[in-house]
Amino acid sequence: MNNDVGLKNNAPNKSQYPWLRAVRFSLLGSLASVFIALSGMPVGLDRRAIIYPVLSLGFLAILWIPVAMAAAAGNETVLEGMEARKRGFVDVGVGALVGLGSTSGICCLMVLIKNFDLRDPFVNWSPQLLDLLSYRQNISVGIGIWLLVGAGLGAFGGLTHLISGFSRRLILNFVFAVIGVSVLETIVTDLSEGFGLAWVTDLMYYKRGGLEIYGALFVGIVSVTVLLLLRRRTTTTRERFNSLSLNDQSRVKFISIIAGSLSLAILPFFLGKITNELLANVGLFVLLALGLNIVVGLAGILDLGYVAFFAVGGYTTAVLTSPDSPGFSPELPWPIALIVVVVLTGIVGLFIGAPVIRMRGDYLAIVTLGFGEIIRLLFLSDWLSDWFGGAQGITNIPGVEVGFATIKGTDPRSVFLLVLFFCAVAIYVSWRLEKSRLGRAWMAIREDEDVAEAMGINTTNTKLMAFVVGAVLASFSGAIFAAKVGSIFPTSFIMLVSIIILVVVIVGGMGNISGVIVGTVVLIGVLGGPKQPGLLQEFSQFKLLIYGALLVWMMLKRPEGLIPNIRRTRELHQDEFLQDAWLKGQIDSEEDNADSNVRKEGKNL
Amino acid sequence: MRMLDIQGLSVTFGGLHALNNLDFQVNEGEIVSVIGPNGAGKTTFFNMISGMVSPTSGDIVFEGESLLGLDPSQVTARGIARTFQNVRLFANMTILENVMVAQHCRTRQQVFGALFQTKAFRQEEKEINEYAEEVLSFFGTRLVGYRMNQPASVLSYANRRRLEIARAMATRPRLLLLDEPVAGMNPKETAELAELIGRLRSEWGFTIVIIEHDMSVVRDVSDRVVVLDHGETIAQGSFDDVSNDPMVVEAYLGRPVQEAS
Repeated sequence: MNNDVGLKNNAPNKSQYPWLRAVRFSLLGSLASVFIALSGMPVGLDRRAIIYPVLSLGFLAILWIPVAMAAAAGNETVLEGMEARKRGFVDVGVGALVGLGSTSGICCLMVLIKNFDLRDPFVNWSPQLLDLLSYRQNISVGIGIWLLVGAGLGAFGGLTHLISGFSRRLILNFVFAVIGVSVLETIVTDLSEGFGLAWVTDLMYYKRGGLEIYGALFVGIVSVTVLLLLRRRTTTTRERFNSLSLNDQSRVKFISIIAGSLSLAILPFFLGKITNELLANVGLFVLLALGLNIVVGLAGILDLGYVAFFAVGGYTTAVLTSPDSPGFSPELPWPIALIVVVVLTGIVGLFIGAPVIRMRGDYLAIVTLGFGEIIRLLFLSDWLSDWFGGAQGITNIPGVEVGFATIKGTDPRSVFLLVLFFCAVAIYVSWRLEKSRLGRAWMAIREDEDVAEAMGINTTNTKLMAFVVGAVLASFSGAIFAAKVGSIFPTSFIMLVSIIILVVVIVGGMGNISGVIVGTVVLIGVLGGPKQPGLLQEFSQFKLLIYGALLVWMMLKRPEGLIPNIRRTRELHQDEFLQDAWLKGQIDSEEDNADSNVRKEGKNL
Repeated sequence: MRMLDIQGLSVTFGGLHALNNLDFQVNEGEIVSVIGPNGAGKTTFFNMISGMVSPTSGDIVFEGESLLGLDPSQVTARGIARTFQNVRLFANMTILENVMVAQHCRTRQQVFGALFQTKAFRQEEKEINEYAEEVLSFFGTRLVGYRMNQPASVLSYANRRRLEIARAMATRPRLLLLDEPVAGMNPKETAELAELIGRLRSEWGFTIVIIEHDMSVVRDVSDRVVVLDHGETIAQGSFDDVSNDPMVVEAYLGRPVQEAS
C-alpha cells in the first residue's frame, strides 16, 4: 500500500486519485457483500431491528460495506516530507463510485437468483433472500434502490475525508451510539429497570426490539452532546493528572481502582437475572482468558488445549461435591473441594506440561491441542464412566455454601459476585507475577528462548511454572462453572472453548491484563461463548464466522490487539519511535559512528 | 590457577569436523584471545563451553568440575557468561529489564514471594535493581538515566553490544566469553571498549576469553593468543609470537605461489 502511494507521488502527475485502489476496493466490497448475503446473515438477522421500521440488523450486515470501502479507498498514507494530495469533491465522487461498485455485487446476485437455481451448493440461495434484497418489490426496482443506496453511502464514506477529524469523530460517535444502544437493548433495559428509569427505555425502544426513530435520534444527540461537553474536560483532567507527582498519581490510580471495583461489586444488585447471568458467563471466560494470557501472552507458549484444565477443574469439583457422583462421592463443601481442585489441577498441569514443554512453536501447539482432546475423551470414555459418568456426566452438583447464603445457578447474582471475587484474585496474580523475577524470565523466554537459557534461566522449569499457574486459574473457572450449572458433561469442554479463549486473548491484546478483560467482555458479552448466548443471540449461528473474520482482520491491521501491551506497540511502531526520539534529540549527539547511523536512518524514515 | 581446562575436544556435524581434538587452557585472571579465519570453529567453541552444543568427544573442566552434559543455564549458574556474535538482546524488554533478567540464576524468589510481597521478595527486587544499575553504569552515561526504561531495540549498534556485555556481567560470572565485542564499532569506540575489557579484569575480577577479528584489540588486551584453523589449534603464545608464526600467516593469507606449485 505504501509503495503504491510512493510511486504515485514520484510520478509527474501528483494529484491524481489512486484509481487502482478504488477499483480494488469496489471489487472487494462486492465480493464481501455477496459472501455475507449468501452466508444467510441478512435473512437470519432481518427480524432483529436496529431502528424499528427503517433498519434491521440483517441489512446492517451489508450496508456497512459501501461506507467502509469508500472510506478505505480514500485513505492514503502520507509520508513525512511528502505532499498530501489535496482533498476535494473528487473524493466524494469516487466514494460514490466505490459504493456503486460495492453494491453491484448484490445486484448481480439478485439477477442470478432470479434466473438460476443454485440452492444445491449455496444453502441460502433462496427466493426469500431475493425477496429481502429487492425490498419486496420488483427486481428492477430493487436494483435501482440498491444502486442509489450504494452511491449515497459511498459518497458519505468519501465525504469523511473532507471534514475535520473532530466532526468525523462526532459522526462516528452518533452512528456507533445508536447501533450500540440498540444492540445492547437487553442490558440497557435491565439497567434502567434497576435504577427505576424504565419509562425512558419503554419510550425509546419499540416493543418487539430495536429503537424507535425518535429514540435513535435522542440517543445520537445525547451521545454527541456528551462528547462535546467532555471534550475539554478530559484533556484538562489528563493534564492535571500528569502534573501530579508520581506518588500522588499512584494514589489516584489506587483510589480509582478501589472505586471501580466497589461499583462493580454493587452493580449486580441493580441488574436483572438475564444480565447477571450474562455477566457471570463473561466472568468465567475472563478467568480463563487471564489464565491463558499468562501462558500465551507472558511466557509465549501457544497452548491450544487450555480447555483441559477447565475440564479437570469442573470434573474434580463435581466428583468431590455431588452426592450423585458415580464412583467416589465424599460430598465435600465447595470451598474445601476448591483446595483439592487447585492442587490436583496443578499436578495435572505438571503432568501434561512436562512432556509438552520441551517442544517449540508449531509442535507444541499441535501436542497441546491433542492433550486437550485426550482429557475430554477420557471423561467421555466408558472406561472411566464408573468415575465420571461418561456421556451422562455428573449431575446434582450443589451450590456454594457461604454461611449466610448459597451460591447456585438459579441465583445468577450470587454467581456473578463469586466470579467477580475470583477475577480479582486472577488479576492480582497476573499483575504481581508480571512484575516479578518469574515474569521477567517469562518475557525473556518469549523473546528468545536460546538466549534466555544461556543467561541462566532454566527454561523448562520456568515454562512449566507458567503452565501450572495458567492451569490453576482455569481450574477456578471450572469449579465455579460446575457449581453454577449444577451438572457437568464432556460436551462442555470441546476444543472450540480453547480456540475461542485464544481468539479473545489475541483480539483483546496479548500480554495486557486490561486488554484481555476488555476483549473478553466485548466478544463473549456481545457475541457469546462457545455454548453461552451473548447479547446478540441472533448472531449465535454466525458466531464462528465473525470470530474468524475478526481474527484475520486483527492480525492484518492491529496485531497488537485492541488494548495492546506497551512492549508490543513499541515493537510494531519502532520506526516512529526512533524518529520521535531523534526529533527530541534523545539519541546521542556523540560523534560515534553507529549513533550517527541511527540519525541518518531517522532522517530517511 | 587453572580455571578452564579443555582436553581433546571434538565435534562433528555430519561429516564436518568443526572442532578436532582441541586442547585449551585458561588460567584465572587471564585474558585470552581466540582468533582464526572464518569458519575456523571459534563460535562453535564458545557454544560448546556454554553448553549449547555438546561435544562428540573430549572434556571441558571448569574449576575442577566437568561441564559435560549440563544445560546452558546450569553452565551459566556455574559462573560462565557469554555474549553473542550477532547481538541477541531481549529487544522489547527495557535496558534495565535486560540486565535484571540476567540475574535470574543468582536469585531465588518464586511465585509465593511475588504474590504475597514478602519482605524477602522486596529485598531481593531491590538488590536486583541496584546491581543492574551498578552494572549499567560501568559503561558511563550511555546506558543509564532515561535510557534504562527504553526498550533495547532503540539502542544504537554499539550500545547494543555494550548492553550485551552488561547483561553477561549481570549473571555474576567468573569467566566471561566475549564473541566479537567490537564488531561494527568505529576506531574510537573500539579503543574505548578495549580499555573497558582491561577494566573488566582489574575492577570486576573476570577472567576473559575473546573471539575477535580486530587485531588492534587482540594486541592491546590479550595476555595470550590462540589461533584456530579448521577446528585445530595451530599456534598459541603472545601476540607477537603468533603474528609471526608461518602457520598463522598461511592460514590467513594462504601459501606463497611458488611453494604451492
